[in-house]
Amino acid sequence: MRWVDLVKVEARIAPLKAARPGDGRGSQSARVSVTETGGQLSRSSTGGVARLVAGGVWTIATADRLEPSIDEAVNTLRGTVEIDLGSIVQIDTAGAWLITRLERELSARGVSVSLVSASENARRLLEALAPAERDVPPPPETIGVVQELLEAVGRTMVRSWEDLKSGLGILGGVVRGLSIGLRHPRRMRFTSIIFHMEQTGLRAVPIIALMSFLIGAIIAQQSAYQLAYFGADIFVVDLVGILVLRELGVLLTAIMVAGRSGSAFTAEIGSMKMREEIDALSVIGLDPLHVLILPRLIALILVLPLLTFIADVCALAGGGMMSWAYLGLPPDTFITRLRDAVALNTLFVGLIKAPFMALIIGIVAAAEGLRVAGSAESLGTHTTSSVVKSIFMVIVVDGIFAMYFAAVRY
Amino acid sequence: MRGAGKNPEEVIRGRGITVGFGDRLILDNLDIDVYRGEILGVVGASGTGKSVLLRTILGLQPMRAGEVEVLGVPYSDAAPAARSAVDRRLGVLFQHGALFSSLTVLQNVQVPMREHLRLSPRLMDELARLKIELVGLAPDAADKMPSELSGGMIKRAGLARALALDPDIVFLDEPTSGLDPIGAADFDALIETLRDTLGLTVFMVTHDLDSLYTACDRIAVLGDRRVLIEGTMGDMMAFNHPWVQQYFRGTRARRLGA
Ligand SMILES: Nc1ncnc2c1ncn2[C@@H]1O[C@H](COP(=O)(O)OP(=O)(O)OP(=O)(O)O)[C@@H](O)[C@H]1O
Ligand SMILES: [Mg+2]
Repeated sequence: MRWVDLVKVEARIAPLKAARPGDGRGSQSARVSVTETGGQLSRSSTGGVARLVAGGVWTIATADRLEPSIDEAVNTLRGTVEIDLGSIVQIDTAGAWLITRLERELSARGVSVSLVSASENARRLLEALAPAERDVPPPPETIGVVQELLEAVGRTMVRSWEDLKSGLGILGGVVRGLSIGLRHPRRMRFTSIIFHMEQTGLRAVPIIALMSFLIGAIIAQQSAYQLAYFGADIFVVDLVGILVLRELGVLLTAIMVAGRSGSAFTAEIGSMKMREEIDALSVIGLDPLHVLILPRLIALILVLPLLTFIADVCALAGGGMMSWAYLGLPPDTFITRLRDAVALNTLFVGLIKAPFMALIIGIVAAAEGLRVAGSAESLGTHTTSSVVKSIFMVIVVDGIFAMYFAAVRY
Repeated sequence: MRGAGKNPEEVIRGRGITVGFGDRLILDNLDIDVYRGEILGVVGASGTGKSVLLRTILGLQPMRAGEVEVLGVPYSDAAPAARSAVDRRLGVLFQHGALFSSLTVLQNVQVPMREHLRLSPRLMDELARLKIELVGLAPDAADKMPSELSGGMIKRAGLARALALDPDIVFLDEPTSGLDPIGAADFDALIETLRDTLGLTVFMVTHDLDSLYTACDRIAVLGDRRVLIEGTMGDMMAFNHPWVQQYFRGTRARRLGA
């Protein structure tokens, strides 16, 4: 679907959605003026026989004003009724339906109805509608709020369990794919891996560098103020160094990558799923996991540590610049102090986490992508939940690593 | 109403339509007329620009040159309000259905009704179900999602949505492709009934020789970036152009004619 069409679709869908909770009416502004001469249903009676005379325009444009008079006639008329269609000047399926409905509902109440002087057109239309369904099926039963709430909780639990299963399934497939790849390196899709490294890695460098630089600067500036109360402003260097290298560098990079590439990844796989492209791959004899998911995952795992390193360096640069500006700490002093304060293992604590986070982002994105069903709405839902879940999981894993490193005193 | 009368009223008038992608022209200075109450069949080899022509008339595809008038309104550069008034009188069945994937079939048919009219929810439900039945779908299809429909059902649901407002003109892009022959014949008969009762004008892109023989009043053949010839089936038979000859007099066509 092209963009032009999409805009049109959006514009047409919007009033529908907006109107749903209310009375089912569309927007006022888009309405088109209807034919001035409306339709009428007038009533007279001669000798025990009630006559209904339908006249004027009976089309979908006048249907809303005709409907009440039909309902009224159904509710009040008894005995024998003759419906005269002679003075209808224009009729379409909506008008014909109203007449059919009038006739049927009157008959259902034991009134004997006859239609007279219908034009050729009206007769043909009425005949076309004659076999139409008699009653509209009842709407599905609504359940109470409490029950709905309970049901939602249950559904969420079941779905979380399924998330876990499908995530593990993909992980297993990826491990198998990797082992095959290691034994037969020619089966690895290197072009694809390089392409995705460019997409998720190289193209993310500017935004990640800028973001980290600002974060480093903000931390330095805020802590400079607070530490100055104790005359301990030199500790800004320790604070920025440890915080950025151990936690923030990798965490913020992972969050940015989840938002930027995880969502793209879900949307790509999801829309391929929607259009049966995934099925086409399997039929051709290609494993979608191998063709689509593995290269993206490998690219992500290779690229996230590199991005994290860039983020670390940029954040330190931002912190150093702020220390210079606010504390008058020249860059060479900052670097010397940093070397004393921060051991190399601090950097590694951050970098070690990166591949695991990449794995989580990739697996969550793939699992969500493969779960997209036929509709555009489902694509949107799963893309959103891919980003939300992977950011959440990244933070959880970061917490687990923090406990682990504390326990092993690294 | 069948065929062109003495002074046929043009409901679509295209002049000098030129459309291209990149440096490739698909339609070049093409003229086309569609008259009220007729069923016009548009044929042409795959990729000659039939769908592009349909999209251009509907204003979905920008033109490099030319103008299109729909129902007397210069549609190609009308103000939004004027366009919306014309839109209400048009129905379109796209080649791939283009149902809104997040709405049920019933809701799909109701989209134009909600957009352009104020109807009671009951009447809207009834009319939508009526249209769904009219196009030959089972009543229980109404509550299905588009992803749960077969190819032929999607075509029918798309037609139901196109007919939702009892339009003056319907545009059909290959309505019978993907239908079984009996279904396709029913479809043609349905289009003819609607034309006869509602005075519908039909612009139908098709490859279906059966439809061309039975339903269409006039045929326009697209080729070489323009309309090669327009006229009745007889005109097609008499026209001396290799593609047209082969199309209308080839083995498949002969089998039908015999
Ligand atoms: N968006 C587009 N960008 C570039 N070229 C396009 C685009 N849409 C269509 N074309 C080209 O325009 C030409 C006409 O396409 P169109 O879809 O109108 O063919 P068609 O006559 O409807 O064929 P079919 O019978 O197979 O449906 C084709 O060559 C196609 O490649
Ligand atoms: Mg086409």
